[in-house]
Amino acid sequence: MSGAPAGGAPDEEETTGAFRRSRGRVSARFTAAQAVILRNLVNQVAELMGTAAEPGAADPTVAGSPAGQGSAGPGEPALSLEELAAAIGASGPTSPPEDPVLARLLPDAYRDDPEAAGEFRRYTEQDLRSGKVAAAQTVLDTLPARGGHVRLKPEDAQAWLRSLNDVRLAIGTVLGITEDYEDEMEAASWADPRSAYLEVYHWLGYVQDSLVRALW
Amino acid sequence: MSVAPAEVEREEAGLDAVPDTPWVTIVWNDPINLMSYVTYVFQKVFGYAKPKAEKLMLDVHHRGKAVVSNGTREAMEKDAEILHGYGLWATVSHDR
Repeated sequence: MSGAPAGGAPDEEETTGAFRRSRGRVSARFTAAQAVILRNLVNQVAELMGTAAEPGAADPTVAGSPAGQGSAGPGEPALSLEELAAAIGASGPTSPPEDPVLARLLPDAYRDDPEAAGEFRRYTEQDLRSGKVAAAQTVLDTLPARGGHVRLKPEDAQAWLRSLNDVRLAIGTVLGITEDYEDEMEAASWADPRSAYLEVYHWLGYVQDSLVRALW
Repeated sequence: MSVAPAEVEREEAGLDAVPDTPWVTIVWNDPINLMSYVTYVFQKVFGYAKPKAEKLMLDVHHRGKAVVSNGTREAMEKDAEILHGYGLWATVSHDR
């Protein structure tokens, strides 16, 4: 597990991407750039989870196509998990459970019993996928594409927590994150294709941690 | 994937007349999930007070895994399913 990522000055009212609680609701302010990046990544996870779990049916390389209203607008930067995977030499999309991102988001429930794991998967995987798509959709529905103030109902805050975690699991798995990733982040040069993703991964942890603390 | 092995196992359990032989749900450490988030999930899913949830989280963190619940196989599978929904790496096993 990972400790709380430091980010900005959490005591300042205007720190962007930091959730705080007021009058029974949690809220945060996002810049347009933050909103674009977050919506893009949430969208990719929704896309991946919404794809039928059949070999050959998955084509997560179609980045940016929406799960709902999450369409990336013109001029939005492509921050593609597939491109990252290609850039750092990770394997391309394969059918589950060989794809490491799918395997992490939809894990086996039995460690040493493939048949029990398969049986469990048969009964639960579709609901698990649907739940992740629904959580992603809640983020897309509540985070304006131009950024701004986000104020969440309790059930929406739960969806945000799970969706932020799914995105972190996806990026973290592609990056091969270790508990010492912050050292790597500091050492990475700007020419390193991992650099920007490490920064985004770090920021997402900061946002998620602020949300947990606002909900406590 | 086959249905048969699970059925055989249930029959065996029936023959032993120990239907409630304890099963456990285990959460495994991973480098991605935040410590604060894992603690929060344990509180939310199991209704534990924060100190107990925090201790459980630290067990997972330091020992690599921890048993987070025990009961019937069905109940443990339900727990694992819920924990997977939160993105935790949970497995079910028979506590022999």
